[in-house]
Amino acid sequence: MNEPIIHIKNLTFTYAGLEKPSIKNINFNAYKGEFIVLTGPSGCGKTTLCRCLNGLIPNFYSGEMKGEVYVCGLNTKEHSTSELAKHVGFVFQNPENQLFSLTIERDVAFGLENLGLPKKEIKERVEWALKVVGITHLREKAPYELSGGQQQKAAIASILSMKPEIIVLDEPTSFLDPKSALEILKVIQNLNKQFGITVILVEHRLDFVAQFANRIVIMNDGEIALDGEPSKVLTEEAYLLGVGIPKVTLLFHQLKQENFKFNKTPVTIEEAAIELRRLLK
Amino acid sequence: MIKVENLRFSYFDKEEVLKGINLEIYEGEFIAIMGENGAGKTTLIKHFNGLLKPSSGRVLVDGIDTRKTSVASLAKLVGLVFQNPDHQLFCETVWDEVAFSLKNFNYSEDVIKARVKKILEILDLTKYSNSSPFTLSGGERKRVALASVLVWDPKYIVLDEPTIGQDYRQKERLRNFILQLVTQGKSVIMVTHDVEFVAECHPRVILLSKGRIVADGPAEEILSNEEFVNECSLELPQISKLMKALKDLGVNQKIIDVYSAKSYLVKMLKR
Amino acid sequence: MSLRVFDGFKFKKLNTPIHKIDPRAKFMFIIVIFALSLLFTNLIGLTILFLIQLPLILLAKCGKKWLKTMKGTAFFAILIFIMNFITGSSFAFSLAMTIRFLTLVSSFSLFFMTTSPDDLGLALEQMKIPYPLVFTFTTAVRLVPTIAIDAQTVIDAQKSRGLELEKGNLIKRVKNFIPILIPLIVSAIRRSMELAEALESRGFNTSKKRESYITLKFSSLDYITLILTILLLVFGIYIKLYISLPQIDLPIKFPTISFYKTFLKS
Repeated sequence: MNEPIIHIKNLTFTYAGLEKPSIKNINFNAYKGEFIVLTGPSGCGKTTLCRCLNGLIPNFYSGEMKGEVYVCGLNTKEHSTSELAKHVGFVFQNPENQLFSLTIERDVAFGLENLGLPKKEIKERVEWALKVVGITHLREKAPYELSGGQQQKAAIASILSMKPEIIVLDEPTSFLDPKSALEILKVIQNLNKQFGITVILVEHRLDFVAQFANRIVIMNDGEIALDGEPSKVLTEEAYLLGVGIPKVTLLFHQLKQENFKFNKTPVTIEEAAIELRRLLK
Repeated sequence: MIKVENLRFSYFDKEEVLKGINLEIYEGEFIAIMGENGAGKTTLIKHFNGLLKPSSGRVLVDGIDTRKTSVASLAKLVGLVFQNPDHQLFCETVWDEVAFSLKNFNYSEDVIKARVKKILEILDLTKYSNSSPFTLSGGERKRVALASVLVWDPKYIVLDEPTIGQDYRQKERLRNFILQLVTQGKSVIMVTHDVEFVAECHPRVILLSKGRIVADGPAEEILSNEEFVNECSLELPQISKLMKALKDLGVNQKIIDVYSAKSYLVKMLKR
Repeated sequence: MSLRVFDGFKFKKLNTPIHKIDPRAKFMFIIVIFALSLLFTNLIGLTILFLIQLPLILLAKCGKKWLKTMKGTAFFAILIFIMNFITGSSFAFSLAMTIRFLTLVSSFSLFFMTTSPDDLGLALEQMKIPYPLVFTFTTAVRLVPTIAIDAQTVIDAQKSRGLELEKGNLIKRVKNFIPILIPLIVSAIRRSMELAEALESRGFNTSKKRESYITLKFSSLDYITLILTILLLVFGIYIKLYISLPQIDLPIKFPTISFYKTFLKS
């Protein structure tokens, strides 16, 4: 078993001014190349946990932090957010508030300028990031000229150019229509499969994302409640916690209650179709 | 009834956003207006309470021509709840926030007290009566915004993207609440691209694309139609995709929600 | 005067020669127009200076927006004319001052319509202004249209709750702006927080030395602009010093106090 790329030990964090901790006793390890979906009811602490991964907590958000967070071997208490930005990229919910320049090309270069890289390397990385995400044809456009989906792709390219080992995305598809949302998720899947980037994706709508994840972590009330393979985690228990498990999975739980037997709890449409086909024949 | 006749609209001298909309919305109807970003959904609903006036054509709300009436008077009939509650919250307490509209409409103090109390109870916000709306969580702020519109009991309730950022439980609560409103005879019109939410609600679905209505009918008909769905940047509901995958087994192609799917499959499997 | 006058200062991305000129060269041109318009008081001279800009505005495809700006500042232009005329200046002089004002507004309008805030930021950076200041400037400019949209949304939301902005006496109207201002300010603050978070996460820090990926370089077009600008300046100074321009005037003068005295006497 290799070293975890994210190692969190006994983490508890209380925002300044609040009485209750937003996350408590978190013990969590993530390994290189995993595609982890982080979910849970509103207020469960998902966003707080994500902020601990790139140093926004404790550098940007003040409060009481107990426990340790190691990301790519670095202790987040001992490094600035800008240092950690080389290893952990963060994509936010609202595309409007994470694009800074008047052209996409310059936004993709922005992070690299911040890192102080030489011009030649910046140019190479910008070309590469635009190509991987598939928006080279949009390089001269301004953010306001793009659709929400294109803006999020631009945000992803801007993070990708910094070549982080981990990318954290906090509900990146909230404002997007379903088609654009799926496109973005496929881009993220590609980053994970082709480049081995570890993905932490926060999302409510598991219908969309369960098919991409190899691990689902469900939080509730500041703690990790369930953690494991999708088919093992997306159970009745998850549903009762208030998590919106995929419709096909919910359907199968209900059919199980009618005493129908299955080989495996489906998490994707393909799996569900296979199981149903077997039963109907 | 809200009647839209040949509505055409463009902002200032820019390209036309609405290209000839004809529509009738009856009392007690539950409608979802869907379509890709930029299709004109929000522009359309802003015509219902007079925020926007038609460039040509007209919109009649219970017979009243919106071109000739102020937003304030139309608002009494048509309550519009905007997507982001932070674009409206400004009072020191939740109570004041909810009472704001009633003060604008010149209700008496007694009526204001009674109505605000009632709506706070219904939406489970009584404990926050004296709290500042800015200290509440995102979901709670959304409920305050909803309360501040429902408090004057409008006949037509329009919700702009009510499910964005909401978790499953919040959406379930919203769904039940909307169905309750409809049972009480109110019309609820929601603009959304949350296909799964609409699939579970079974409203009448109106699909807008590039300023025109491309489809108008029951949810099962519209959302199971691949052609419509693709034209509007939507996806088929998961259950619908499942039914499509089993098409060759003669499975009903118009099922879009879990409950109907379960009943249908149980019947099929017990044969 | 409506808010539309600001349209004439909003940058729009177009592919015209004027847009392509380096902001530094353009700014030199604007400064020379500014200086010359202050140098001249002659009606014909100022009119020519004003007219020089018209082909440039048309070349920059900004005609419509420029007209809107002119309409928007018409109030101030007329005011300047009246103030000059009432205090005894000749018709020609008053008109000249009005045209000077319009020339100044036009030239700045032309500059901002054809220069992107990003390029402006780059120009400032290359003129050695500290990066954090430049970034603050370009971000503020970038946010103006966004916040304008927010303002409209807030107004719409409050109108939908029965708020009537046009009704009531002065006190009520001022009070009615609170439901507009507070959500707008709160939204602006939230937006700034999100931007700051995203900046931090993108490695933004003020201590490291930055090399900008794109730098502005002078092209032949820019050198031509500079040369033409210098020629204009030299030519203008020469005319002012050595050539007297014809004076044209209308024999109208605003009645002075002596006129009233004679009027009252009789």
